[in-house]
Amino acid sequence: MFKSTLLAAALALPLAGPALADTYMIDTAGAHASINFKASHLGFSMLTGRFDTFTGSFDFDPAKPEAGSVTVEIDIASINSNHAERDNHLRSADFFDASNHPKATFVSTGIKATGDSTAVITGDLTMLGTTKSIDIETTYVGGGDDPWGGHRQGFSGTATIVPADFGMPGGIAKAPVELSLEVEGIRQ
Amino acid sequence: MFNTETGYGWVARLLHWGIALSVIGMFALGLWMRSLDYYSPYYKTGPDLHRSLGMILLVLMLFRLVWRQINPAPRHDITPMEHRLSHLVHLAMYALLFLLMIAGYFISTADGRPILVFGLIEVPALIEAKGLEKTAGAAHYYLAFALMALAGLHALAALFHHYVKRDGVLMSMLTGRPRLS
Ligand code: HEM
Repeated sequence: MFKSTLLAAALALPLAGPALADTYMIDTAGAHASINFKASHLGFSMLTGRFDTFTGSFDFDPAKPEAGSVTVEIDIASINSNHAERDNHLRSADFFDASNHPKATFVSTGIKATGDSTAVITGDLTMLGTTKSIDIETTYVGGGDDPWGGHRQGFSGTATIVPADFGMPGGIAKAPVELSLEVEGIRQ
Repeated sequence: MFNTETGYGWVARLLHWGIALSVIGMFALGLWMRSLDYYSPYYKTGPDLHRSLGMILLVLMLFRLVWRQINPAPRHDITPMEHRLSHLVHLAMYALLFLLMIAGYFISTADGRPILVFGLIEVPALIEAKGLEKTAGAAHYYLAFALMALAGLHALAALFHHYVKRDGVLMSMLTGRPRLS
């Protein structure tokens, strides 16, 4: 019974028309994407930084944005707060424990359109070995052919996370951190 | 294939003229690609080609060094002064070309990114040192002009040997035989 439903589904697939969603590689090679964070320093000022190295891709069909998906893998050791000593401290077990948890990943689980060019991307963020669902408020920035023969789409996103939720030790980790994401993908 | 006492073998001649053409081409390509507008369709393909050819040139030059070591240097009928001077210019051209290619490599890999050769082979970054691209870029620029100046001198010297001294030096690299015609 189950098998025949699967078979029927497989046969019906081609009738549903060609899949229109294209796959886009996030343009980290050309650095048209960035993962930025903003955290409070003692409540006196906001510290900003970024993860310099990551890779990712997304599926996107402008007609059916909710059918899209995105995955990103971040190299934790590439953290850059414009201060080498502090970056080493952030890599240590006091914060990210980068030698034991070198990667953070984000895998979308659902996309909900909230307006003409806005959506909430829900997905699983894994860091320090702990996975939590987070919401990214996303705005479509633009897309089209670039001058060099490629085709691109770009988005901006924001999310707020509390590092302590992922098991980061220490009092500092209990304060929320704002993520700001700029993503441009090249169609494959 | 190998050099003889009097002239260069075809491998040495092919390397010499092939690399000469490529280096002049690379100089023109370098200046041209830097002059392109961001919206030029060649804005990305220009540097892609420059880096790819540059890496291939590096491998060819390494092979050329080896080839030069295992082959006899043809003897020319020249004065000891000419011999010393030409030797110096040749050494300087080798040194400048290697430094130029190494500087280029450091511009492209300073931030840890690899060099993609014709989209096929990845040459990894050996050292990641953000900021190195500034020194490497300036060095690359001046080395390129210095090398072109030396190459010009080298070409003038070859013509001088051929037309004024009529000594077969140019022919030994053109035909492999030190005859004047
Ligand atoms: C025969 C060897 C080479 C020659 C004659 C050459 C020549 C040049 C010239 C004339 C420029 C323009 C300089 C400027 O306007 O600042 C340039 C730029 C450049 N070259 Fe080379 N080059 C050579 C090899 C290489 C190699 C092996 C690489 C390695 C990847 C490389 C990478 C670059 C880069 C990245 C630039 C752009 C620099 C910038 O935008 O500041 N080049 N080259």
